[in-house]
Amino acid sequence: MALTVDIEKRFKGFTLRAAFEAGHETLALLGASGCGKSMTLRCIAGIEKPDRGRIVLDGVTLFDSEKRIDLKPQQRRVGLMFQHYALFPQMTVGQNVACGARAFLKGPALDKAVADALNAFGLAELKDRLPGQLSGGQQQRTALARIMIGKPEILMLDEPFSALDSHLRFLMEQEARQVIRRFGKTVLLVSHNRDEVFRMADRVAILREGQIERIGTRDEVFRDPGTRAACILTGCKNVSAIRRLDDHHAEALDWGIPLALPLEADTDTLGIRMHSIQPGEGENAFRCRVEEVIENPFSFTVMLRPVDAKEGAVPIGWEMEKPAWERLKAQELTVHFPMKDILQLRG
Amino acid sequence: MDLYPLWNSLRIAGISTAIIFFLGILAAYYIAKAPRAVKGALDVILTLPLVLPPTVVGFLLLRLLGPRRPVGAFLLEHFGLRLTMNWWSAIFATAVVIFPLMYRTCRGAFESFDESLAAAGKTLGLSNTYIFWKIRMPSCRPGILAGTVLAFARALGEYGATSMIAGYTPGRTATISTTVYQLWRINEDGLAFRWVLVNMAISFVVLLAVNLLEKRERRR
Repeated sequence: MALTVDIEKRFKGFTLRAAFEAGHETLALLGASGCGKSMTLRCIAGIEKPDRGRIVLDGVTLFDSEKRIDLKPQQRRVGLMFQHYALFPQMTVGQNVACGARAFLKGPALDKAVADALNAFGLAELKDRLPGQLSGGQQQRTALARIMIGKPEILMLDEPFSALDSHLRFLMEQEARQVIRRFGKTVLLVSHNRDEVFRMADRVAILREGQIERIGTRDEVFRDPGTRAACILTGCKNVSAIRRLDDHHAEALDWGIPLALPLEADTDTLGIRMHSIQPGEGENAFRCRVEEVIENPFSFTVMLRPVDAKEGAVPIGWEMEKPAWERLKAQELTVHFPMKDILQLRG
Repeated sequence: MDLYPLWNSLRIAGISTAIIFFLGILAAYYIAKAPRAVKGALDVILTLPLVLPPTVVGFLLLRLLGPRRPVGAFLLEHFGLRLTMNWWSAIFATAVVIFPLMYRTCRGAFESFDESLAAAGKTLGLSNTYIFWKIRMPSCRPGILAGTVLAFARALGEYGATSMIAGYTPGRTATISTTVYQLWRINEDGLAFRWVLVNMAISFVVLLAVNLLEKRERRR
């Protein structure tokens, strides 16, 4: 594997334990804020020092607490793009980009490399601007150019699009995907946005409170998130703890309904995505009251409460395209949860 | 009108500001990075001259540098150097009084520096020296400039400690502020008023310079 990470770092009330490997692919670290995902990147970059463990990149040991190896960030050849890009405010775009190659190029060779990088990222005309005079997208391009000019062995993006509005985010995501394709080496993407992760990553690691809860290919993790936290992080809104009745029956405690499905041995929580719920009779069908209809730009979210549900049950969200709800529209209706779409989770 | 007090005030303020410029930046840089407990203790000690009355500072300086006091007596005996009642004696007083101004504004500037810029510089392979001079210092420059100008202005206006350690000798240790006091005391109101105007003109120019600097920094 191109990158092997196995580190531990203690904080007040929380310990980061990150162990994973990545090849020449995009691995996303998905987690809520404060779960340690940015800290993991900072440890790989050498800005933070883990308490113990080792980090190996392309056969080079960057950090090994037992062998007392701790390369300086300057020696690691890692490209880290900070959340707010960390452009040097007193330097022009050209000077910023030059900083990425200053350590190994000088004079005309540096000028040429900078000119090439500026061209490659469409920044040639902005060369003499200061970062404060750039749009968010231009700032991000400058940050990427500044990193890529140094030919890093790994590219790490820390919440790369969080500072951009949604349209710009869409455009910059495409640009970033192109950069990643051309780069062809290991890319780590830190994000709390599951859409972004789904579109960009080959594999996904779910982090919670400093621990990797689940790691796998993008499709595996989204199809079978495995834990309650992972399920929620991958965008599933309906989650319920269960009481097991037998291997094929459970009572969903939060929803207040019985469900029938072949339960795995350690399942203690079930989830169902908002668009997996189907109208009409079928497996696990219930009569439900419509509690609220929320209109989204291109869909409706219908909040359902099973008519037989006990007091204090949590409503279940059901999302569908607008025409589908226009046809169904009712105060009360029957829906079913197809067995194959029910996610089996551990709390 | 004898312009000696103007010249004397300017050189005292200029020299003490130049000294404090380096000391203040050094102290600020290291204390900004120090552990919390050390920081708190040093901070109190270094800021004390800002809140002490200048007469107290003067008193303490005389206790240290006066001809019959430890440091003063030693230098007088071995080098024939008398530390008080010279024009440059006032530099001790002004330097101590303006140090906290320089130190505090610089520390504020260093502490508000975005450390991710330094971290980014490191991952890009830039040397720590380069990061300090080309990234950290330029970002902190407005704060450092403001501190320097404030320190200079305060040094120009120093009266209490200066009059105690350098006294008032026309043509030797007289500064603008001690001159104004003396002229007022001997009922030379007209002349005192002229010096007041001189002082106001200087203050005006200094403050104008601060504003222009700030505006230029903001445009960058």
